[in-house]
Amino acid sequence: MLESIPLFPEQASSLAPEVDNLYFFVLAITGFFALLVAVLVVIFAIKYRDRTGNRVGAPITGSIPLELGWSIIPFFVSMAIFVWATVVFFHIVRPPDQTLEIYSTGKRWMWRFQHIDGQSEINELHVPLGRPVKVTFTSEDVLHSLYVPAFRVKADAIPGRYSSIWFTPTKTGQYHLFCAEYCGTKHSGMIGSVYVMDPDEYQAWLSGGGGLSMTARGEQLFQQLGCVSCHLNDGSGRGPSLAGKFGTQETLANGETVNVDDTYLRESILTPQLRLVAGYQPLMPTFQGLVNEEGVMSLIEYIKSLPAAPATGAATQTQAQGR
Amino acid sequence: MTTTVLPRVNYLNHEHGVASWLLTKDHKRIGILYLIVVAVAFFLGAIFAAGVRMELTTPQGDLVSADTYNKLFTAHGVMMVFFVLIPVVPAILGNFAMPLMIGAKDVAFPKLNLLSWYVFVIGFLFTIAALIFGGVDTGWTFYTPYSSTASNSNVMLTGLGVFIAGFSSILTGLNFMVTIHRMRAPGMTWFRLPLFVWAIYATALVQVLGTPVVAITVLMMALERALGFGIFDPRLGGDPVLFQHLFWFYSHPAVYIMILPPMGAISEVIACFSRKNVFGYSFVAFSSLAIAVFGFLVWAHHLFVAGISPYSAMVFSFLSFAVAIPSAVKTFNWTATLYQGAIWWRAPMMWVFGFIGLFLIGGLTGLFLASLGLDVHLHDTYFVVAHFHYIMVGGAIMGFLAGLHFWWPKMTGRMYSDGAATLSALLVFVGFNLTFGPQFILGYLGMPRRYHVYPDEYQVLNVLSSAGTSILGVGYTLTAVYLIYSLFRGERAGANPWLATGLEWNNTDSPPLPHNFSDLPVVSEGAYEYSKRGMKVA
Ligand code: HEC
Ligand SMILES: [Cu+2]
Ligand SMILES: [Cu+2]
Repeated sequence: MLESIPLFPEQASSLAPEVDNLYFFVLAITGFFALLVAVLVVIFAIKYRDRTGNRVGAPITGSIPLELGWSIIPFFVSMAIFVWATVVFFHIVRPPDQTLEIYSTGKRWMWRFQHIDGQSEINELHVPLGRPVKVTFTSEDVLHSLYVPAFRVKADAIPGRYSSIWFTPTKTGQYHLFCAEYCGTKHSGMIGSVYVMDPDEYQAWLSGGGGLSMTARGEQLFQQLGCVSCHLNDGSGRGPSLAGKFGTQETLANGETVNVDDTYLRESILTPQLRLVAGYQPLMPTFQGLVNEEGVMSLIEYIKSLPAAPATGAATQTQAQGR
Repeated sequence: MTTTVLPRVNYLNHEHGVASWLLTKDHKRIGILYLIVVAVAFFLGAIFAAGVRMELTTPQGDLVSADTYNKLFTAHGVMMVFFVLIPVVPAILGNFAMPLMIGAKDVAFPKLNLLSWYVFVIGFLFTIAALIFGGVDTGWTFYTPYSSTASNSNVMLTGLGVFIAGFSSILTGLNFMVTIHRMRAPGMTWFRLPLFVWAIYATALVQVLGTPVVAITVLMMALERALGFGIFDPRLGGDPVLFQHLFWFYSHPAVYIMILPPMGAISEVIACFSRKNVFGYSFVAFSSLAIAVFGFLVWAHHLFVAGISPYSAMVFSFLSFAVAIPSAVKTFNWTATLYQGAIWWRAPMMWVFGFIGLFLIGGLTGLFLASLGLDVHLHDTYFVVAHFHYIMVGGAIMGFLAGLHFWWPKMTGRMYSDGAATLSALLVFVGFNLTFGPQFILGYLGMPRRYHVYPDEYQVLNVLSSAGTSILGVGYTLTAVYLIYSLFRGERAGANPWLATGLEWNNTDSPPLPHNFSDLPVVSEGAYEYSKRGMKVA
């Protein structure tokens, strides 16, 4: 019976042991201070007990060295925790360069996952063992939070923005996937499972069914929505060429520069007027309402897949400025 | 304890009838009025909590529906935070004791003080109305865009209740600040002030500076909900995370509104029952101010996984560790106060021991959450629930009860049963740990908060937690019983049953005179000069 009551979560990602080591470190430190104070209080309470109630204690008013001591020592101890915890945090929020990309949207009350190759699933997420995976997601309505305790990762899903988590699974099996941010009636039903599979099993799973790849779907949308009519790969259209844009820096009309990442691309599609590219007119219509979050993700995947055509960027700029 | 007759005329008997209470400008009576309303709110909040804990004894959602469950925990949170924790010490004990402690006849603005109570009651009634008309399901944090666009429960009415109650808190804070500045008795210098008064002062600062922000935030949420202003909803061009920044800019400091005054009460009780100066008086006094100020700089530690930049997360994590230090200092100073004391084991001191134990755990588990790498895993799990209950209930409520047991003889002129009070402190301590201890484990296992249904493997710990609640319930009920009983059958307390220092004990009767003192007190020594009382050193 007792074995079925877990007291400690499974470690199923490369981050989990890191987080757990930190946890035990903080536990040891706080445990020490808790015990120290508790034991002293008990000893003093018993040793200096006065049953009569009409005697007074020793006339001690304080001690500056002692008080400085017990301000400064805890400060340095807490700084040790701070530094370690921050290092772990940066591992959690900074994904490695080469990751398997998966997209997801949360909405009341389910998670949809979209694999690049075309597979999509609801409240289930299949991932291969031993490979860093990055899940990029947003919410279609209110706040949610994507949480996999066995991986020790979580991030809020925020409407209008992309968030991401990453992890390298280290153990095959089935793990809980929760919504951790309260989202209404069936918040506690917005759960599912992550399946960590051996890489070849995962390949087999991927190829079993599942329509178009995201890139292909994105290309289709790019045609259907008329993006092609303005965004030509050689830069000769009314809009800038999108080939090779991803991961570069863009200069805006107001002089600022931005990194061309998922969030920027999403914003460019849904609210193009918000941040104009330098040298272009505010011609692009908004696609808010014409394409859903998954469509936007496919478009982004497609834009990412466009190879950089050499020297077109410069051509676009000069051409645009000449206008 | 020589006097056994009640003073002929005191603040309780010099006027009679309901009107004499509802129109009173006496800070002592107003304190009692708050006590009554807060007790009702606490009772309601506890009933809601019981509903939540009962539902959670099984993994399925079989007792109440999901919506009802969500309304239960929201009602619990709203009641306890806005109508119990925030007013419990400042408005009850602060009102009753603070003017007495500084040797004043009343607060600076007695009519305003009564008005604050009415404002509070109106806010309370709006909130009750919201619950009666079907409840609200946003959680006490009202996060947007759920609250402003999705929820179809009584968000507006509840928001209004909270908004109104906020003004009561602002007015009380103002009143107390002016009182402490202007109304101190001759000789009552700042460094002779009892530490409770310092704590009330620091709290008043936070109340005055912080509460308007939450009032405005709730208002903005209402504007968006009612009129479609795009402030927080991205579809309307707003930013959902902005709400969290604004909300926590108040609500983190509000934690200090809840905990500083009980800390002050703890200092009084420890000094009295150890018969000593509080160790490092000025450190303890200034740590209250430091906490009040730094408390405004840590709000974003509630947003570590809400998409803020990792670098700002780093800054807020650092500041959160820093703000923990003054609280640690206080705890060490209290412990040191016991050293070589003459510790008299009476009921108020038993509540203090409980407080120290629980506050210690509450404070130290805060370090886990301030640690960025751990908070990613722990945020929005039961670990957080356990942590803040240790601070809010283990700290604030235990501290309040320590203070209430300390000043009860002064308020009522009667003694309660010391044995019963000690037993109930013990029951509450045990029940509390059983209720919330397992939740730390649940949280590290990954159980999210606000879950109506949960995976089977979490059941055993949840059942333990619910079992603890019943012990806790028995403990609190016992407290209510012997306190009420004491009103009718309690022994006469006499002016100073604890042989305490302080103007409220030495310069007036129990219960105090209608205008507090027959002669204006003149102060010539510090707050805790037990050693100068000609009693034997233990
Ligand atoms: C009517 C012409 C037009 C259409 C149709 C159009 N765009 Fe644009 N697009 C522009 C122009 C002009 C700009 C540059 C000005 C700006 O930033 O709004 C632009 C900018 C962009 C950018 C930012 C590029 C950069 O260099 O920073 C992206 C991404 C983009 N569009 C994607 C799309 C997608 C995807 C579609 C189809 C869903 C689309 N556009 C349809 C005209 C168009
Ligand atoms: Cu949810
Ligand atoms: Cu906080």
